[in-house]
Amino acid sequence: MRVLAAMSGGVDSAVAAARAVEAGHDVTGVHLALARNPQTYRTGARGCCTLEDSRDARRAADVLGIPFYVWDMADRFHEDVVDDFVAEYAAGRTPNPCLRCNEKIKFAAVLDRAVALGFDAVVTGHHARLGADGLLRRSVDAAKDQSYVLAVLTRAQLDRSIFPLGDSTKAEVRAEAARRGLAVADKPDSHDICFIADGDTRGFLSQRLGEAPGEVVDALTGAVVGSHTGAYQYTVGQRRGLHLDRPAPDGRPRYVLSITPKTNTVTVGPAEALEVAEVRATRPVWTGGARPDGPIECEVQLRAHGDVVPATVSLHADGLHADLRRPVRGVAAGQAIVAYRPDPAGDVVLGSATITA
Amino acid sequence: MAYLDHAATTPMLDEALEAYVATAREVGNASSLHAAGRRARRRVEESRERVAAVLGARPSEVIFTGGGTESDNLAVKGIFWARRAARAERVRVVSSAVEHHAVLDAVDWLAGHEGAEVGWLPVDAAGRLDPERLRADLAAHGDRVALVTAMWANNEVGTVQPVAELAAVAAEHGVPFHTDAIQAVGQVPVDFAASGVAALTVTGHKLGGPIGVGALLLARDVAATPLLHGGGQERDVRSGTLDTAGIVAFAVAVEAAVKGQQEYAARVAALRDELVERVRQAVPEVIFNGDPADRLPGNAHFSFPGCEGDALLLLLDAQGIACSTGSACSAGVAQPSHVLLALGADDDRARSSLRFTLGHTSTRADVDALIAALPAAVERARRAAALRTPR
Repeated sequence: MRVLAAMSGGVDSAVAAARAVEAGHDVTGVHLALARNPQTYRTGARGCCTLEDSRDARRAADVLGIPFYVWDMADRFHEDVVDDFVAEYAAGRTPNPCLRCNEKIKFAAVLDRAVALGFDAVVTGHHARLGADGLLRRSVDAAKDQSYVLAVLTRAQLDRSIFPLGDSTKAEVRAEAARRGLAVADKPDSHDICFIADGDTRGFLSQRLGEAPGEVVDALTGAVVGSHTGAYQYTVGQRRGLHLDRPAPDGRPRYVLSITPKTNTVTVGPAEALEVAEVRATRPVWTGGARPDGPIECEVQLRAHGDVVPATVSLHADGLHADLRRPVRGVAAGQAIVAYRPDPAGDVVLGSATITA
Repeated sequence: MAYLDHAATTPMLDEALEAYVATAREVGNASSLHAAGRRARRRVEESRERVAAVLGARPSEVIFTGGGTESDNLAVKGIFWARRAARAERVRVVSSAVEHHAVLDAVDWLAGHEGAEVGWLPVDAAGRLDPERLRADLAAHGDRVALVTAMWANNEVGTVQPVAELAAVAAEHGVPFHTDAIQAVGQVPVDFAASGVAALTVTGHKLGGPIGVGALLLARDVAATPLLHGGGQERDVRSGTLDTAGIVAFAVAVEAAVKGQQEYAARVAALRDELVERVRQAVPEVIFNGDPADRLPGNAHFSFPGCEGDALLLLLDAQGIACSTGSACSAGVAQPSHVLLALGADDDRARSSLRFTLGHTSTRADVDALIAALPAAVERARRAAALRTPR
């Protein structure tokens, strides 16, 4: 096959491209320039799309002996990921930009362009398994598993995707990179949000949304217990940085229970008030077999690297419902609910949807 | 492989490569006083004379440098500093909107760091400068102009400028005129003295010499403040141990290119005309950019409406055809070419452009390969571009 390897300049995508070459594919490497004003160097694990990353990707492509180009996706990324990220926070939700990037950039804009240019598939260094059965499964490396942020992909997108790393642990990938002479073998993993280079999400949001002072209200008493400079700066389940004026009468810590953009109010309360046993979600995608007619028993994951919970899931006209077997704290609108079927060969992604309540 | 990117760099001539290897085997620093040093010095001076002879300069006017970018920077910054040092009000630089980045960014740097004011001369739709626009600028600002810098021929669209006319206008006002002739030497007749310019940039690797060696021809009465300080090897204007082997090979290449220019230009222009005609037949809606008559013999530059140049480049590259989008990389991301924008092209047309440049090793087989691959590539690039969301 003629395949396009998305190469970030990191170790995973370099080894994924190497494996695609070894599998006999005709591979072309592409580095996606996503930042409008890229930094020259990366600082540790933060930031991405620096010129240094681009050079690292190019060097890896050289070592593999494949053509390499830089594609400018900065405008698309800004509109579909960064602007969406800001808008979601403004609407009181908690977005996952990596998921959105997969949905809109890597497996949409990039994939569509690749197909138009005559490529058959896109290869990435995501840690997830996608075998001949077409099912998306968790990586063998549970700590590095990225099936959660890939679960948003449709059947058509998965059919044109190749994830060569799913059967390997991160340690194995690094060792292989070193063995292949790829200089990125020791490069630190990326963490945090790539377009917020200093890691200060609050500062990033305040810069774009401006200050919007409002009240922090106690859910039980209705009393105003503090103030904030922008409701968008809070996430459901958050405990730190609330700066409350008055302690709770029972002296126990309080958490963000909800954010109401309309009134610019942050509602706080005790931990148990965070507990949710029923989740509603919109825009469902179902790739793990036929769409179920009725309720099915499975496991669900409600945030990246979050715990899994047994649940009964059903699809409806207005989206996806999940009844959780045990209550979960800190379920935030805007995050994805991903349904998995436990499987010894790797838990299978059944489907996903965006949490609304 | 069909190599259609000779304006980026062209293969070394056999005689230049042989001269390089033979000289590189010899030990000797041209500044040393012993026999080995004297031998190296002789090679350098013979080379200086060869370059001067074929380019219409005196040997003392040839300053060897590390290539075109250094020569351009030395001319632009060095003449600016020297002229301003002589008279403080000379802070204006007049340049063109279509210069190579080696000049463009040097001028911008002077504006940003040295308080220079810049007059950018526009070009017409064919990329040509109008000497009257220069005359008007100098009439308005003459006493305050440190230098004029305008290229001999454009590296992207191939338009050849009326350099002698421009230099004459500058001379009327007593302002030194620098020209970046990197694309011109060996392609069109270039004579330093006859052109009336004060400074001229030439580089080796565009005419069959090695990469990393070039020269600035600097008229004897024109002062330039050095960029590189050190041993003062080149007229105290440029320091650094002389690259004897590179200079020898450079001189061999310059001499061969200039002496063979007429024959070369006739052959390559005929091949280029064939390429243009066949591209037009294959893709009727192409726009042929640049001046149809006053242009470099090896240059063919097109816009392919509805395509992105970088997609076309990828597709042609996969078919073994090497060409260029002509756009500079800004912070790792391709920007629409400032040259195309200066010609009046909009963003989309600028991004849809490709440059094919022929050279001394080009044959009809290269053109055949391009024409065989182009229609399918254009078709695919169009499909890819159609996916783009409107901005």
